[in-house]
Amino acid sequence: MTTPLLEARAITRRFGHVRALDGADFAVHSGEICALIGDNGAGKSTLVKILSGADRPDDGRILLAGEPVAFNSPNDAQARGVATVYQDLALAADLPPFENLFLGREVMLPGVLGRLGFVNRAAMRRQAAEQFERLGVRLRSARTPVSSLSGGQRQSVAIARAAMWADRVIFMDEPTAALGVVQTGRVLDLIRQVRDQGIAVVLISHNMPQVLAVADRIEVLRLGRRVARFTAQEANVDRLVAAMTSGSAEERAA
Amino acid sequence: MSATLAHETEDERLSPLERWTRLLGGGWIFALLIALIAIFTTLRPEQFASGFNLSMLAVNAAILLVLSVGQTFVIIAAGIDLSVGTVLVFASITSAQVMLWLSGAAGETYGTTRGGWGVVFIGLIVALASGAFWGAVNGALVAVAGIPALIVTLGTFGMALGFAQIFTNGTDIRAVPETLVDQIGSGTIGGVPVLVVIAAAVAIVGAVVLHLTRFGVHVFAVGSDKEAARRAGINVRRRLIAIYVLSGALAGLAAMMATARFATTTIGGHAMDNLSTISAVVLGGTSLFGGIGSIAGTVVGVFIPIVLLNGFVILGIPPFWQTVATGAVLILAVWIDQLKRSARERS
Repeated sequence: MTTPLLEARAITRRFGHVRALDGADFAVHSGEICALIGDNGAGKSTLVKILSGADRPDDGRILLAGEPVAFNSPNDAQARGVATVYQDLALAADLPPFENLFLGREVMLPGVLGRLGFVNRAAMRRQAAEQFERLGVRLRSARTPVSSLSGGQRQSVAIARAAMWADRVIFMDEPTAALGVVQTGRVLDLIRQVRDQGIAVVLISHNMPQVLAVADRIEVLRLGRRVARFTAQEANVDRLVAAMTSGSAEERAA
Repeated sequence: MSATLAHETEDERLSPLERWTRLLGGGWIFALLIALIAIFTTLRPEQFASGFNLSMLAVNAAILLVLSVGQTFVIIAAGIDLSVGTVLVFASITSAQVMLWLSGAAGETYGTTRGGWGVVFIGLIVALASGAFWGAVNGALVAVAGIPALIVTLGTFGMALGFAQIFTNGTDIRAVPETLVDQIGSGTIGGVPVLVVIAAAVAIVGAVVLHLTRFGVHVFAVGSDKEAARRAGINVRRRLIAIYVLSGALAGLAAMMATARFATTTIGGHAMDNLSTISAVVLGGTSLFGGIGSIAGTVVGVFIPIVLLNGFVILGIPPFWQTVATGAVLILAVWIDQLKRSARERS
């Protein structure tokens, strides 16, 4: 098997007396959608926070493309190509999609004007349109503020932004939680598009049918440890639920 | 390229509702100003539309406009600055004291000193620094200590006025440089009052910074969603402090303009400036919730109450009606802003 793009080995994280993670392992390869599932309190959020730089482990190692790394902050992780799409999206609702895509990384005008702080909106609008086109995101308008977009379109903008700046791994926390059927389908298509760009996608979800529909691989956490790994072919709802509720740490290698 | 074109053409196809709300949001207050000017001009062409009257209107608007440009930045960043008027007073006191101390001898006219351009320039620096100081205090308390802007600037509103009174024992400084009063306060450039030229320059530079630069984009982003801005890597604290410093420094500039115009400091004359600027900014379509706004709108918002007052006086309507009319228009403006928002969120 090839070296995983991002790998966690024996991660432990304690909050007081609570062991949120108790020697958890995790691995994701480039160009795959890996679902990370587990019951409430299994340690999914903590693991994602640690792998995306928002928290630090008490023990254990993180490997990026086989090399040990320590992320000091989400910005640090992002600089190495690892980004997170948060559940609350973190978009500036009054700004149009293209400004959101470039927020904090604005394209400046060339020459003196750029050094004086003038932004190049035409270039940003063009590059944003190219990015949306590449990912098959169709927005009603690229100029109206994000607040006028539907929930699915906002989610698409957030994902497109992550895919624009993170070229390795994107964590997505319940990306379809608040969406209707049609919009969910569109967002799942977008997630596949992101994977097809060669990016590793980690999908955190409670929705078993959705996980089975979109994931290439599934890793199951229980009580702060990985208890099972499945490929899409061998997984079904019963096996996933069984692993989530009663799986033991003596996992079967997939 | 085809993608760009597709997006461009889709932009042209707006629903009637969208078009209506855009028009309403963008232009109705401007249309109201034009309508007011048209009405007063038709009713009293000789008085209202005379060159002298229009230039007086612009001079009356100048100081308020400079303050309102700063207020626009603050409100778009989802803040509020109640201290602008008393920071103006504080800056006018410190600068007038420094100028008085530097120039000493009495000038030709009663109540002026012989201070030249050098003294005026130093006074300007002192005024800008005094304003920027209070802006930094506001910004630090809002951005670092996390105290609500309404409370912070209400506190500094009182403190700036209090210090100004302590420095002077509450009496205005009436001896200011002759050059300042003659050249700036009542001077003209090509027939246009210097105070108006300064205010126009501030508005233009403010609009360019707000709408064309990275700093401007970040002002909108911070006001729209502080957390989103922070996660996008924007240093929200530094931006907020810079925004309040800008508002304070503009109050310092306005202080010099006020001293030049009235040939005295005006300790008692600026208690209502904060509400005047806030209502001008909001009238101009800037959202009190932050994230939306423009300098052009603020310019219109500054002129509406001033044109109303002037028109009422000329028509012989008791000027007290102006405050009633301005208040009603303000409530209407915020109401339309809310309708606009909910219409957009429903679409």
